Amino acid sequence: MSDVKNFLYVNRKAPHGTIYALESLEVVLIGAAFEQDVALAFLDDGVFQLVKGWDTSELGVKNFQPAYTALGDYDISKVYVERESLEERGLTEDDLIEMTYEDEEDDWAEKSSIRIVSREEMAQIMRDADVILSF
Amino acid sequence: MALLHTVNKSPYQCNTLESCLQHVGEGDVVLLIEDGVYAAVKGGKASEMLAQAQGVKICALSADVKARGLTGKLMDGIEVVDYGGFVDLVVETDKTQAWL
Repeated sequence: MSDVKNFLYVNRKAPHGTIYALESLEVVLIGAAFEQDVALAFLDDGVFQLVKGWDTSELGVKNFQPAYTALGDYDISKVYVERESLEERGLTEDDLIEMTYEDEEDDWAEKSSIRIVSREEMAQIMRDADVILSF
Repeated sequence: MALLHTVNKSPYQCNTLESCLQHVGEGDVVLLIEDGVYAAVKGGKASEMLAQAQGVKICALSADVKARGLTGKLMDGIEVVDYGGFVDLVVETDKTQAWL
């Protein structure tokens, strides 16, 4: 048995309105640096974190959206997004940013990290995780 | 006697928008700010609530719309205002109720 555990970061808050989204990103990056098996889940208002096209210039806060697209470079290849949460909010997968990783087992082919899952699948993903960190 | 109502919470996280819409009167203005702007996304459940508000002007603050990538995603009938427009609404109405 290795010491690698699978960590699931559950994101349920919209960006900007609270600090949760940014804090979650920081902790995800820390976890990835320790070479743990990291997966991200976006449900409820968390799906708003992935809506592309942020322009935060008039808010006077940093645009941290590019950090999500860089997660692939930290070997984060599992980003689960709940379909029902998207639909309730008038969103589809096309509204989301692109998140990719390079698949080591497939000649480093670039693949999408985003996996749209049902609410039922999301419940199972939570049950299967060794550790859940909630934001 | 017109009121300006500001809503700054996501309608999917909080019932502030619902409560606000139950208290608006003819001629009032509802201004969506911060996470409140998510209510105006076309096709979302909350947009149905806004569509039913009669005799009320619904506005959304442009800085918050842009920051969240929602430009071009809003339902019809939403007036997008900038910070100057926010000030104008405060001046044009008699008082402000902030649904925090």
